[in-house]
Amino acid sequence: MQSISEAFGLALALVLSGDADLIEIVLLSLRVSLTATVVACLIGLPIGALVAIARFRGRNAVLIVMNALMGLPPVVVGLLVYLYLSRSGPLGFLGLLYTPTAMIIAQTILIAPIVAALSRQVLEDLHAEYADQFRSLCLTRVQTIQALLWDARYSLLTVGLAGFGRAVAEVGAVIIVGGNIDHLTRVMTTAIALETSKGDLALALALGIILLVIALCVNGAVQSVRMTAVKQAYV
Amino acid sequence: MFAKHVTATALALVIGGGAWAQEAIIVQSTTSTANSGLYDYLLPIFTDKTGITVNVVAVGTGQAIKNAENCDGDVLLVHAKASEEKFVADGFGTERTDLMYNDFVVVGPAADPAGVAGMTDVQGALAQIAERGALFASRGDDSGTHKKELQLWAESGVDPTSASGEWYRETGSGMGATLNTGIGMGAYVLTDRATWISFENKQDYTIAVQGDEDMFNQYGVIPINPAKCPSVNVDAAQSFADWLVSAEGQEVIAGFKVADQQLFFPNAPQN
Repeated sequence: MQSISEAFGLALALVLSGDADLIEIVLLSLRVSLTATVVACLIGLPIGALVAIARFRGRNAVLIVMNALMGLPPVVVGLLVYLYLSRSGPLGFLGLLYTPTAMIIAQTILIAPIVAALSRQVLEDLHAEYADQFRSLCLTRVQTIQALLWDARYSLLTVGLAGFGRAVAEVGAVIIVGGNIDHLTRVMTTAIALETSKGDLALALALGIILLVIALCVNGAVQSVRMTAVKQAYV
Repeated sequence: MFAKHVTATALALVIGGGAWAQEAIIVQSTTSTANSGLYDYLLPIFTDKTGITVNVVAVGTGQAIKNAENCDGDVLLVHAKASEEKFVADGFGTERTDLMYNDFVVVGPAADPAGVAGMTDVQGALAQIAERGALFASRGDDSGTHKKELQLWAESGVDPTSASGEWYRETGSGMGATLNTGIGMGAYVLTDRATWISFENKQDYTIAVQGDEDMFNQYGVIPINPAKCPSVNVDAAQSFADWLVSAEGQEVIAGFKVADQQLFFPNAPQN
């Protein structure tokens, strides 16, 4: 229990001192997870939208698979990406293992299904509301998807945040493909795992508190963007 | 990625003009050397001298060897002599050199439920732990420490795996995680002294068994063989391995201390 009170003090001291190593780790965490979120959205949103409006044989099976993939275990994703990017793997010639790029790839694979599955639900509900209107306007499929994505943009922000939350909090995938290399691939979660293994529970917890605060800031920033946009829309 | 490399190389050529290029190697390493802070102390000295950046991937010895066999590294630094010799014999490494040593210890709670505190005969202590059914937390992860532990059990004539889940608990995790778990449940744990001294969550644990020469812990260094792994940065890997075993590298290792205690004792053959 002593560790907990100690951790808050430590977290504050770390932040206030502007520790260079900490800043580096925080920035890499943000760079990796935000990039993965953006890429996952670029992949997941169109897939989610397409499945939301399309009617085809086996659609139910696709929905089940999409939803199930939300539960991909990070360590399994890490292992798969490792096997592909390893020097002895099919993509080994790229030399990507133990780089931030490898971490972005792993996190993208981890969260693209979350973005696809959640956006599919959001867009399908919205589509049910507008289906008649779209039909009367004779919109093409692409136009329908565009209209749906634009109309649901605020809900989809939350979908993106769910993906980001998963990415920035996972350790299983990035520790395998990144290797937790100091000043190269160490991020917040792998640093927390490292300090825990050193038995420095207070420092590990302090890093955890900082990670939570960062997640709060990202969510706050998105929320304020959203509120500003809504306000302007009504002026 | 490629473009970046080309730009970086071009920049290095323009700016560097003969100075050493920015090179980087990956060391597949056991955890004790990383967790104890040895690399934080040693690598900046090497990098200052040579300009070679050393990136350390710290995993258990078993996984480090596996990663190295997949060519995902330039140098292997672990502590399981038999596995290391096999690694070289199989052609994955060019040459294995003794680097340094320390020793293993068995740590246990102050209550000492098996009554082994102060013993120096490690096999006897393990047999007594088994006999009394006192909890023992094992790495269970094919690491160097785990291999050593299994060897000691075999020598003590006990097969602990038959009690797996009862008094013998296999955590399947790294040294630090196993210490955290073991301490949490009041179990005895076999650990290397370097990790123990620098470990910060000791609670009421102390060293119960130490001083048996069977608990000797030898570390070795092996550059990875470019014949098997063409991606290896041969020159940089060799200069790192050479520096570690040189008089200067050995002196640096000897100078590394935590809480005023020397954690690693250099013993590379000097000619």
